[in-house]
Amino acid sequence: MNVGVITFPGTLDDGDAARAVRLAGGTAVALWHADHDLRGVDAVIVPGGFSYGDYLRAGAIASIAPIMTEVVAAAGRGLPVLGICNGFQILCEAGLLPGALVRNAGLHFVCRDQWLTVEAATAWTVDLVGREMLVPVKNAEGRYVADAATLAELEDTGRVVFRYAGGNPNGSLNDIAGVASADGRVVGLMPHPEHAVDPLTGPSTDGLALFTSVLRATTAA
Amino acid sequence: MARVVVDVMPKPEILDPQGQAVTGALARLGITGVADVRQGKHFELEVDDAVDDETLERIACQLLANPVIEDWRVTRR
Repeated sequence: MNVGVITFPGTLDDGDAARAVRLAGGTAVALWHADHDLRGVDAVIVPGGFSYGDYLRAGAIASIAPIMTEVVAAAGRGLPVLGICNGFQILCEAGLLPGALVRNAGLHFVCRDQWLTVEAATAWTVDLVGREMLVPVKNAEGRYVADAATLAELEDTGRVVFRYAGGNPNGSLNDIAGVASADGRVVGLMPHPEHAVDPLTGPSTDGLALFTSVLRATTAA
Repeated sequence: MARVVVDVMPKPEILDPQGQAVTGALARLGITGVADVRQGKHFELEVDDAVDDETLERIACQLLANPVIEDWRVTRR
């Protein structure tokens, strides 16, 4: 299974996302921000980092990059998309996910290992739903906000995928760490599952299940 | 050519920790009486006369501001 990993100017975590795909048994395909070509991949990861230096707003400029017009169109046809950290910000700016990510409530850049509960079955969480996972969080603009109607809809329709457990690092409303699109194929989360796939370099290997999940979801599709 | 200003502010219901930090810093300068500060962005554009108000509104709401969390005002100078 081929999983595309996009690189924008300023992207940092494309390497680890690609490595996580390989460890899960997939083939990582490098995608370039300026191309209009998804290279026939079965799923796309929008990784973390500081695309365009977080200029204007984090993820704002990346959200209108040529590759993102293809991602938006393909997501409309059911392509699974995962946005990690800056990737989550990009997916919100692109309108693929509701709400927005704003400056952390305590103004600190938070870099720590964080417990999450996984509350929804999506293309990226079939191997994980109902479990807890320990993954790194590292961001300054991770507070998830949405208006009351949107929050209610997310909660009522089971679209809150990840929730902070044992402490909220940034003041996210309802302790939301990640959400899904209505069809469950587009998911965004602020924490970094790709940094929790190897006991040598991460706090756990819990993150690997997101990547094995999508390989199962794309094989079945 | 025309000068256009776009001012962008966080919506009133959005918590603004940067504004809070500025408020706190004012107190450390020994200044009292400032109840609240909210921080936004001010954009100055130079545009052809052919760029109409509808286009300016698109510039504001599709790029300069995120309508989920921000309000904006477009003013021609």
